[in-house]
Amino acid sequence: MAIVEYKSNKFEVDEDGFLLKFEDWNPEWVEYVKESEGIATISESHQKVIDFLQDYYKKNGIAPMVRILSKVTGYKLKEIYELFPSGPGKGACKMAGLPKPTGCV
Amino acid sequence: MAKHKTPLLDQLESGPWPSFVSDIKQEVAHRYANPKGVDFQIPAECPDDLLGVLELSYVEGETHWKHGGIVGVFGYGGGVIGRYCDQPEKFPGVAHFHTVRLNQPSGMYYKTDFLRQLCDLWELRGSGLTNMHGATGDIVLLGTSTPQLEEIFWEVTHNMNNDLGGSGSNLRTPACCLGESRCEYACYDSQEMCFNLTNEYQDELHRPAFPYKFKFKFDGCSLGCVAAIARSDMSFIGTWRDEIRVDQKTVAAYVGGEIAPNAGAYAGRDWGKFDIQKEVVERCPSQCIRYEGGKLEINNKECVRCMHCICVMPRALKIGNDRGCSILVGAKAPILDGPQMGSLAIPFIKVDDDYAGVKEFIEATWDWWMEEGKNRERIGETLKRLGFAKLLEVTGTKADPRHVKEPRHNPYIFWKEEEVEGGWQREISDYRSRHQK
Repeated sequence: MAIVEYKSNKFEVDEDGFLLKFEDWNPEWVEYVKESEGIATISESHQKVIDFLQDYYKKNGIAPMVRILSKVTGYKLKEIYELFPSGPGKGACKMAGLPKPTGCV
Repeated sequence: MAKHKTPLLDQLESGPWPSFVSDIKQEVAHRYANPKGVDFQIPAECPDDLLGVLELSYVEGETHWKHGGIVGVFGYGGGVIGRYCDQPEKFPGVAHFHTVRLNQPSGMYYKTDFLRQLCDLWELRGSGLTNMHGATGDIVLLGTSTPQLEEIFWEVTHNMNNDLGGSGSNLRTPACCLGESRCEYACYDSQEMCFNLTNEYQDELHRPAFPYKFKFKFDGCSLGCVAAIARSDMSFIGTWRDEIRVDQKTVAAYVGGEIAPNAGAYAGRDWGKFDIQKEVVERCPSQCIRYEGGKLEINNKECVRCMHCICVMPRALKIGNDRGCSILVGAKAPILDGPQMGSLAIPFIKVDDDYAGVKEFIEATWDWWMEEGKNRERIGETLKRLGFAKLLEVTGTKADPRHVKEPRHNPYIFWKEEEVEGGWQREISDYRSRHQK
């Protein structure tokens, strides 16, 4: 597995650029990832999605279903793609430091 | 010269069936020779290393692909299946080996122009290997690297006017039988409907918003050439509701042996002279056919439109003129709670040009399942958990004897409170006034 160095951080990541450990996450991870996910600047809306994903993951140990993400944040799926062009899984979950989505994707 | 020794795979080059090993080896040789001077964007050795890793799996009896993989293109949440080899040093050509799903045309009719253009693109930016087609229907481009994904997507959309297929918890790529294009049994234009609904629901296909995957398939008749009833969450199966059209003269020609039964499908063996009584009348599941005095009669009210008689005598018996389709819901593979085939929800619906009725049913079903479906629960499982009656309720469908194969045999019957006189609110003291403890 690769190690990414950014500013004073070292992040351990897999081939798809997901953090291997949720505990390694810090705000500079978001700064580092955003370009590869097609995001110029992190707005309050981006932050709101990231914060919710992290809270939900800490509480439940899984990522929320898309429907729950939309319901709680108030962003329709279309708006989530406007914020995160790769979508809630590859985009938002990666930036929030959650484990890589699995299953028949 | 190939990099790896493949003694086990080499054995699969013998025998009469087209050998995938010989074909891949041909591509390996083609890429090393590179007669067109292509500037390969992924390693030229990619198919060579694929044979290498496959040979290793043959030796060890284990797969050598890592778990999962999340890659894609901006704007979409699916369409690409990421894959990485777990021996990247030994097989650098397949360190990345992602699969790209491309939406295929309905019925899979092609012009060589299109296929050549696609092959040129894939030779440059991929492995040169494909799957024509994936089980869901997509054109499958087998093996490329992450940096090539956006490049391929750009060329496919800008130069080929094509799009990716579906993957993930969304509407997967719909598929159909070849329908009216070359089949006299087709009860509706399954290709057109497949194309129309694919376009209508592009958002649902490209951006996963469902509890789990959802598939459409369109069969022109109940013969099920695209296996809609077994392999799609919502199956559209063509049928008719008036009479089978009988041409008595041609029936006589079948009986006289002038026309081979089943269009000659059993010509490989001597089954004796065609016997209409044995092969048609007695095989009819509802026993509604009579052949007397040289005349074939069908009691259409009792016919279940199984297609048997029409298949045996396609030139004499034709589908009716009042056509449409049935809609069945819930087919799925075994995981988690067992395999299911589609259950009949709409016995008959006209298939009009704008598909308004069909779309209304689809959207009502989705509204319900998107709200009530659990994480990774196929709609067939939601039906089991919440009950078939719920689907009828949310889609405004009146319960009908055709909704069941047989009525329930257990008496655990739920009633709605408003259906029961007096409701559920009772006082025990009132009961005790009549019944001592």
